[in-house]
Order: sequence, then structure tokens, then C-alpha cells
Amino acid sequence: MRLNNNKNLNPKKQISFYFDGTKYQGYEGDTLASALLANNIHLIGRSFKYHRPRGIISAGCEEPNGIVQLEQDEFTEPNRRATEVVLYNGLVAKSQNRWPSVNFDFGEINDLLSPFFPAGFYYKTFMWPPKFWKTYEHFIRHAAGLGVSPKKEDPHKYEHYHYHCDVLIVGSGISGLYAAKIAASEKLQVLLVEQESETGGSILSANNSNNKINGQSQNEWKKEILEELHSYKNVKIITSTTLFAYMHYNYLLGIQDIDPSRGNKKNNSIRQVLWKIRAKKVILATGSIERPITFNNNDRPGIMLAGSVSKYLNGYGISLGKKIIIFTNNDSAYQTAIDYHHHNIKVSAIIDIRNEIDGDLPSLAQSLGIKIYSGYVVSDTSGRKKITSVTIRKFEEKDSNKKNTEILECDLLCMSGGWSPTVHLFTQSRGKLKYREEDSCFIPDQPHQQTISVGACNGIFDLKSILEDTRKSVRDFLDCKSNDGKIEIYDAEEINFGKQQNSWLVSSKDKISKSKMFVDFQNDVTAKDIKIALSEGFQSIEHVKRYTTNGMATDQGKTSNVNALGIISELTGVDISNLGTTTFRLPYTPVTFGAMAGRYVKEFFDIERTTPIHEWHLDNDALFEDVGQWKRAWYYPKNNETFNEAVNREVKATRDSIGILDASTLGKIDIKGRDVSEFLNRVYTNAWSKLEIGKCRYGIMLGDDGMVIDDGVTTRLGEHHYLMTTTTGNAASVMGKLEDWLQTEWPELEVYLTSVTEQFGTISLNGPNSRKIVESLFPKQNFSSDSFPHMSFKELEIDQVKCLVMRISFTGEICYEINVPSSYALSVWNKCIELGKNHNITPYGTEAMHVLRAEKGYIIVGQETDGSVTPVDLDMDWIVSKKKYDFIGKRALYRSDTSRKDRKQLVGLLTTDPSIVLEEGVQLVEVETALPMPMVGHVTSSYYSPNLGRSIALALVKSGLNKKGTKLIVPTSNKSIEVEITDPVFIDPKNERLLA
Amino acid sequence: MLLINCPYCGEREQEEFSCGGEAHIERPKNPPELSDDQWADYLFLRQNIKGLQFERWNHSFGCRKWFNVARNTATDEILAVYHIDEKPPQLESNDPITPCGEPKIGSGNFSTTKK
Ligand SMILES: [Zn+2]
Repeated sequence: MRLNNNKNLNPKKQISFYFDGTKYQGYEGDTLASALLANNIHLIGRSFKYHRPRGIISAGCEEPNGIVQLEQDEFTEPNRRATEVVLYNGLVAKSQNRWPSVNFDFGEINDLLSPFFPAGFYYKTFMWPPKFWKTYEHFIRHAAGLGVSPKKEDPHKYEHYHYHCDVLIVGSGISGLYAAKIAASEKLQVLLVEQESETGGSILSANNSNNKINGQSQNEWKKEILEELHSYKNVKIITSTTLFAYMHYNYLLGIQDIDPSRGNKKNNSIRQVLWKIRAKKVILATGSIERPITFNNNDRPGIMLAGSVSKYLNGYGISLGKKIIIFTNNDSAYQTAIDYHHHNIKVSAIIDIRNEIDGDLPSLAQSLGIKIYSGYVVSDTSGRKKITSVTIRKFEEKDSNKKNTEILECDLLCMSGGWSPTVHLFTQSRGKLKYREEDSCFIPDQPHQQTISVGACNGIFDLKSILEDTRKSVRDFLDCKSNDGKIEIYDAEEINFGKQQNSWLVSSKDKISKSKMFVDFQNDVTAKDIKIALSEGFQSIEHVKRYTTNGMATDQGKTSNVNALGIISELTGVDISNLGTTTFRLPYTPVTFGAMAGRYVKEFFDIERTTPIHEWHLDNDALFEDVGQWKRAWYYPKNNETFNEAVNREVKATRDSIGILDASTLGKIDIKGRDVSEFLNRVYTNAWSKLEIGKCRYGIMLGDDGMVIDDGVTTRLGEHHYLMTTTTGNAASVMGKLEDWLQTEWPELEVYLTSVTEQFGTISLNGPNSRKIVESLFPKQNFSSDSFPHMSFKELEIDQVKCLVMRISFTGEICYEINVPSSYALSVWNKCIELGKNHNITPYGTEAMHVLRAEKGYIIVGQETDGSVTPVDLDMDWIVSKKKYDFIGKRALYRSDTSRKDRKQLVGLLTTDPSIVLEEGVQLVEVETALPMPMVGHVTSSYYSPNLGRSIALALVKSGLNKKGTKLIVPTSNKSIEVEITDPVFIDPKNERLLA
Repeated sequence: MLLINCPYCGEREQEEFSCGGEAHIERPKNPPELSDDQWADYLFLRQNIKGLQFERWNHSFGCRKWFNVARNTATDEILAVYHIDEKPPQLESNDPITPCGEPKIGSGNFSTTKK
């Protein structure tokens, strides 16, 4: 019921929303929870395992029950806490985990079956013989999961925001605002972050007629401080922003809802911002969270946390009941009774565990005529969809005897089991906690970073002490040297608080094993489950947590973790201080994947690199293959050709006449300096000192473990000038590795490395007629093998553009690679195409490139090698220098393992049936046996060769080099394929075509 | 995320750097004279200390220089940053106390365990 004197809501702006299809009215400034409660809707959803009716219990991010499916279609979002959703006009929410409706839920039968869902149910089920799984799968699948994920693409945008500041203040309650005022007056860059849509923290739930600061109501005080903070240029305040992670070196992550009152439907506009904040100092003013009490049937709708009930009353002007009962173990809940009294609503009874009640608030309540049951507990409740009555009895007695109990009717039960400081961020920052026995609090002890905790999150709960402590600790922390008079001293009336009395479990007439005493409301974990876990031998709190799933739901146990510890302590007799806590993990509250991804989606997910000739490939209908970040032309289908038809045509045309390949993606490193030859001697397996200027040499690069990491051709351009090429995929890592050796092991070498991959476009002309093209391109140059032999280089000019032309080959044909400055690459490419028209010049892509090199038995690093292959395994002993004393990888080549004779070695494979193209990666066996068959090797490359008119393959086979002519078998699921081990060079083994 | 003080550029976010593993492992000058075991020792064996560890870091998305970092692997505190050719600094505590007081081997968050 809405009272008419609320301070936060604008009573003129009424808005409507939908819950489970019914239209309701609320006010701007409401949360979904407050609007529902104002409409007297307490039943919000069904619980996870037992499908018990559940209602809202809190007014903040700790809410375990009041979670809804927000909006529909692409805008839908599961598991949103109604207590955090800012109400907007037209909001649509649905209850979760119920079928067919929240009022009549079929799954409620689980509640009757609850003996079958004990702690560890899932583990035990999974461990049973597999045939039982069929019986349970349906059951579990139906029970698991809360809301449903959106199935359509997220229409929102998300942004990342980097921020640096001197002081970050988390929380804008009394201590947060005070800390901001002190920091601001020190001229520090201050960022004040509030998770709710409005600043104020506990001020929002405060009764305006008491707990004044310097005689002002807390609201007036807040207004004044905010005005002052807004006048500072060095202060930034952001709301609706939850800091969910506190990492190294004061690096914090926050998630901001942009304009939450506009709701979830922000098509194509920014919905959330992920803040990445690096602060010099952090002040945590994160407040505290009230704990429920664990008693039988403590989960009925209408059973709520006392502090939250006050917030709905004082902050939203909502009275939640007419027959109100309070159950507490401390003084703070008396404030709720007093608050209701101010609205002329009398609380029926306060049930207080304690025999001695001597605080100021209880005295006030008593003087107001409120009935107090001292030394009593609520041991059970009734009411199916909402609470209707409580059973009370004296704490010391048992209620097995009916005479001891009394039943009180009620429609609202406010409970308070004490307060837990919100130490999540503090412990994420790796600060150390200590346990305070008297009010069962874990409070910050030693910080690990530049951070302090002030106010309730530091375990200080009374207003006067909060003001005093905040002032002192913030001034010390910020090293404030200015005189004391500069900052106003705030004071509040002193209130004496009585001692809290903890009772973690309130026994009922039912034994624990039959009781429904909920600890974790969202995951439906009861005291019984914890007892079972302990009796089954789980001792560590971390194990009990995982076995029972206590604290593992989307609320991360904000209301349940300390209670679970208390119950374990009570059942085992071990002090809580010796149990420790579970780890407070990030994120503090759930974070959307959208915010984490930010703008890095679709085409921005990773960098796309294109060659200077890319446009031509697009114009000529190329299909592309991703090679690292590069988009490489894969093949160029003509006239509805299939993949195989196109590739066969490209391969054949290259051997028959001329093929042209865009090889611009090859890594190119320009190397200069006095000691380059020596450097190359060290990083490649072969010798480089005697390479003549103008000559090219193929090199294999190893890791120091002897395994092949890269290969490529390096050209000596001048006395102290070389151009190294690397494989496309390894360009960056090879560059990094070379820099590493130079900087850390060989600083004495004078060598300069410059990546020039993108400075050149590389055009590769292959085939018997390629010479005709280069002769027209560079008419002044003689291209005969005598004057421009294989493995040599010339610097030539086209229209005054200098080109580096190498005669090297990756196809086994005569080949000229023309390196052109990138901006001219496309025009030279076009020129080649024009000149080659009469010779059927055929552009070919990476697929044909692979076939051509496989026909010739050339390896591809990363295909024939996988990090476990040495050059000796590749039968490339010839490239490994025997004379050099050392090079990277040399010593490892004769370790006991690398010198084994039965290592997998590179061979060719021919299928007996020439039409079968083997699948790459298939295993080879000598004889077929029962499974598992001993495997002797695997296929690394396999293609159809149009030039040979049959399939070919390369493979790594144990002792393969000595087994040429031997037959092996490729066992597949429906047939066995016979293959013969051959030489890996299938075309032109004498290199006659290559050297022609 | 760490904040690393590159000796050449100053403080930068960790995402600009890459870690190159344990520092002060020199490549032997005489590999052919080493036994398999000695070579394997250089090649494969690295320390994995819970506490003070000396590491190589590269400012890969910055100046691309290699340098050394003394880091407490249990707390992620960077205790020193120094050039690649410098000897490891003598640091006060070679046995830093882990922040939550957890044991030196293994994990666990016994945050309230008294000594
Ligand atoms: Zn740098």
C-alpha cells in the first residue's frame, strides 16, 4: 500500500508496467520491486529446486528471490533483480522458473519430493551407473536454470571507458559523501561511484525525524553536500554504476547502466559502459548487508529483511503490511518498528532472541507501547503464497511440546540476524579480514593496496561513530595537512546499542532432517544440506560450499555466506574465526557479456589485414581464407565452378603456362648491420657467411629445443644488408624472437631489424611462361638462367619504381617474385595480368599454392610440422650445418630423444586406389587389430593432383625414411584404405623444370 | 591487471607487455660440451616460486625492449624493475608473506587463520 508522503517519488508521474501479462501502475523513481510491492504483489517467482513460492526479501543488489525475466525477444534479460531494475514506462517483466504460472506451478511437486534433492544430489546422480542417467536427465534438465537467455542478436551497443583519478570513492552513503567532501577540498581528482540510480546509500532508507546530522535531517545534509560537490571541478559523480572487480594496483572495473530509466529497449544506442579505473587511492564506503535468520519455513513471501522494509517505507512510501511482526537478534530492527510508528502503523510484536534488551532503540519502542517478546524466537511460519502466521516460543525451550508455543497472525515478518559489512571489494583487493565475535562480522583488517574502508563496510554501524571515524581515517589516508577548521565537523546524537546475540539455527518441532530452514534462498540450500555435507566428511568451507552449492547462485551468497559459516560452526563446534571464509570472487554482481565485449564485436573483433592487391581479388570473385589476421585469396571460381574444379584449373594452368599469386602476406624483415651474417649463422641451421651479394638462400629456423619454428628465403641485398622472409603466420613471432636473442643474449652484435611486411606487395609469377612476362616488364634485364639463375636477386625498375626481384620458387616451376612498394603493387599486378593474357595467365589462391608445393614435396611450417618435428625428421639433414660450432637448436638435435631412429619422418603417400583423397590428420597403422590399434603415423597434407591425375599425400611415419615401398593402412569407420610409402617429391624430382 | 613501470617508457598497463618467463637464465656458451641433462636443464627447467620471482618482460606493444621484473607471485606486487643486463637486486624480503596468510605451498583463502 502506497502512503502519500514519500520523498523520493514524484507523485505526479505515474507510469505503467506489466508483470506476468497484467498491467500495473507505479511511479517514476520506483524500482520494479517497490512498484510490485506497492501493488501488493509478494509472490514473484518459484525457487530453484523445490519451486516454493518466493517473494522479495530485500531492497538492493543482495536480493536472492526477486529475480525476473526482463523484457522480450532481443531485449530480454534473465535473472534481473527486481530490487535493482529502475521502473520505466512500459516495462515488461515475467516471473521465472514456474510452469504454467507463478500461482500454479507444476514443479511445486518437487517441494514434496524434497527428500530426493539432498546436498550433493547432482554429484551423486552423476556418479551412479550411466543407465540411471536417463531417468534423471529429464528431471534435472527441467529443474536446472532460472531464466532464459536471449536467442536473438543483442541490438545494444556497449562502450569501454578508461579513467584515472587520485581518489576513487565507492559508495555514496554518509561516509562516502563525507569522504568525497574531504578529498574534494584537498583539490584531488575524485571519482564518486554509486551503484543505485540515486546517491545516498542508507540515507535513502532513513527516517527523516531521527538520526540527524548536526541537527539536520539526513536528506537535507545530503542535499547540502551534493551541492558543494557539484561545485567542484575536480569531482565526478556517477550513479547506476557497480564496481564489480578490484584488481592489482588499484585497478577497478565498473559497469554503468546508461540512463536506466529509459529501460532495456535502447536499440542501437549505448546501453552500458564498462569503466576501467586506475586510482591512486581507493576509499571503500560500500555499506553492509542485513542477514536473514535461519528458522523453519523462513522463505515464505512476506518474510523480509527489516532494514529493507524500512527502506520501502521511508524511501518509497510503501507500507508492506497491516499485521507486522519483527524477529531480531539485535537493536537495528527496532528502528523499523519506530519508522512504522511514525506512520501511525503499529507493529504487532517484536520477537527478540535476547533476554537482556538494554539499547536505546528498544527502550524507545517499548515507550511507544510496542509489544516485545524478550527471549523468544520465531520457530516456524505458515501461509502458502504469503505468510499468515508465525509460531513463537521461548528461545531456551523446545517446541516439541505444543504448550510452549504460541501462534501469532501476521502478514509481514521483518527479520534481522545482524549486519555483514560489504567487504567483497576489500577482499578482492587481497586485504585480510578479521572476525569480530560480538556481532559476527568479518571486518577489514590489513589492506594489501592503497585502500581504506569507512563506515558500515568497516564494521561501524552507529551514525556518530561513522562520522567521527570517516573524518579521521580519510584525513589520515589522504595525508590532509590543511587545518582542521577547513572541513566541517559533523556530529550526531549518541545512541547506545545493546549487545547482539547470535543464534545461527532456530530449532523447530521438526528435526533438521525434516525442516525447511533456508540458508541460500536462490539455490535452495537448507541447514539440512549443510548438515549432510558435514556428516559426509566435507570439512573445508570451500568444499561444503561446492557440495551444497551454498553461495553459488547469481547473488553469490550475499545474504547466505555468513549464515552458512555460522551453521557449520554451530554444528561442528569450531569457532567461525577458525573456519575462514570462502573466497569473495569477482564479479560482485553479474556483468553482461555485451559490456565485456564492448565495441570489439563483428568486424572489430579482430584486426583484418588485406594486401595492396585485395581490391583486384574482390573484383575477380575470389573467395578468401583467413591466415592469421590476413584475408588471403583462396581460389577464384569461374562460371559456377566448384571448389575442386577451380583449384584443379588453377594448379594445371600454373604448370602448363603461368600462374600468378599474391604473396604480399609473407613476413619480410629488413636486416642491416655489421654482424648480420653472424646473426643469421646463429638463428638458421645452415651457413650464411659465404652467401654472395645478390643471392638468395632458404633457411630453417629452430627453437632451442631443435624443433622447426619457421622457414623462408633470405636474400643478401648488400654487404651488410639482408631481406628475410618468414611464413605469413609467424612474421610477428619470428620478429619478436629475433629481437629477444639480440637484446638479451647477443647485445654485442650490431644488427638492426625492421619489419617491412606491409611496405611491399609481393607478386609471384610461376610456370614455364613466367619468364616471358618478366622480360616484357623489365626489357633491359636478361632473364636467362645464366644471367639470372635460380636463387638470385636483382633490383630492377618499372617506370622508375624500384622492384626487388627474386628468382625463387615454392611451386617447383620457374618463378619470379617481384617485391614492389605497396602503393604500386596493384598497378604492377594489373600489368602482369595484361602481359600474360596471351599465355593464359591464371591467378591462383592459397589452395592451389598448397597443391603445387605438395606435388613438389615442399613443406609448410605448421602443416608438416607441429612443434615436435626436427629438420632431420623432415629429411632435410642437408640444411643442418655440421661445421658450425653452435646455432639455435643445434644441441637439441642430438639429445637422446631427437636422435632416436624411430621418430616420425616425412614421407610421401600414394593410395592404391588413385581416386581416394585421404583426409588430413588421419592415422596410419601397419596392421588392423582390435582397438586400440598401434598407430605409426599420420597424414599431414593430402590433395588431388590434377597434374598427376591422382591423389597425393604427405605424412609423418615412424622410421618412414627406411620404409619406402611399404604398405600401410588408413582405418576408417566403414573401410580400410591401403597406401604405399613413397618419396615426397611427386613431380620433377631432378628439378629440370625449376632450373630451366 | 598490473601496472608495469617500463624502464624506458614509464608506467603502462599490463596489456602492453608480455612476460618471457624466468629471468637470469643465460644461454650456455658451449652447448656442444654439455650433457643431455645439462642442456635439458637450460632448456626446460624453470622455477615456479610462490613469492619473489625474477622475470623477463617485454614492452611488446610499446618500445619492444626487454627488461627484468622482480615480482612477488603470491601478491603480484612488483618489487623492482631493472635493465636486462643488470644483476637481480638484493631485496629486503626473499620470503614475502602472502596477503591472506595462506600456506606457502598450495592455495586456499584462510583469511582469518591466526598465526
Ligand atoms: Zn617501453
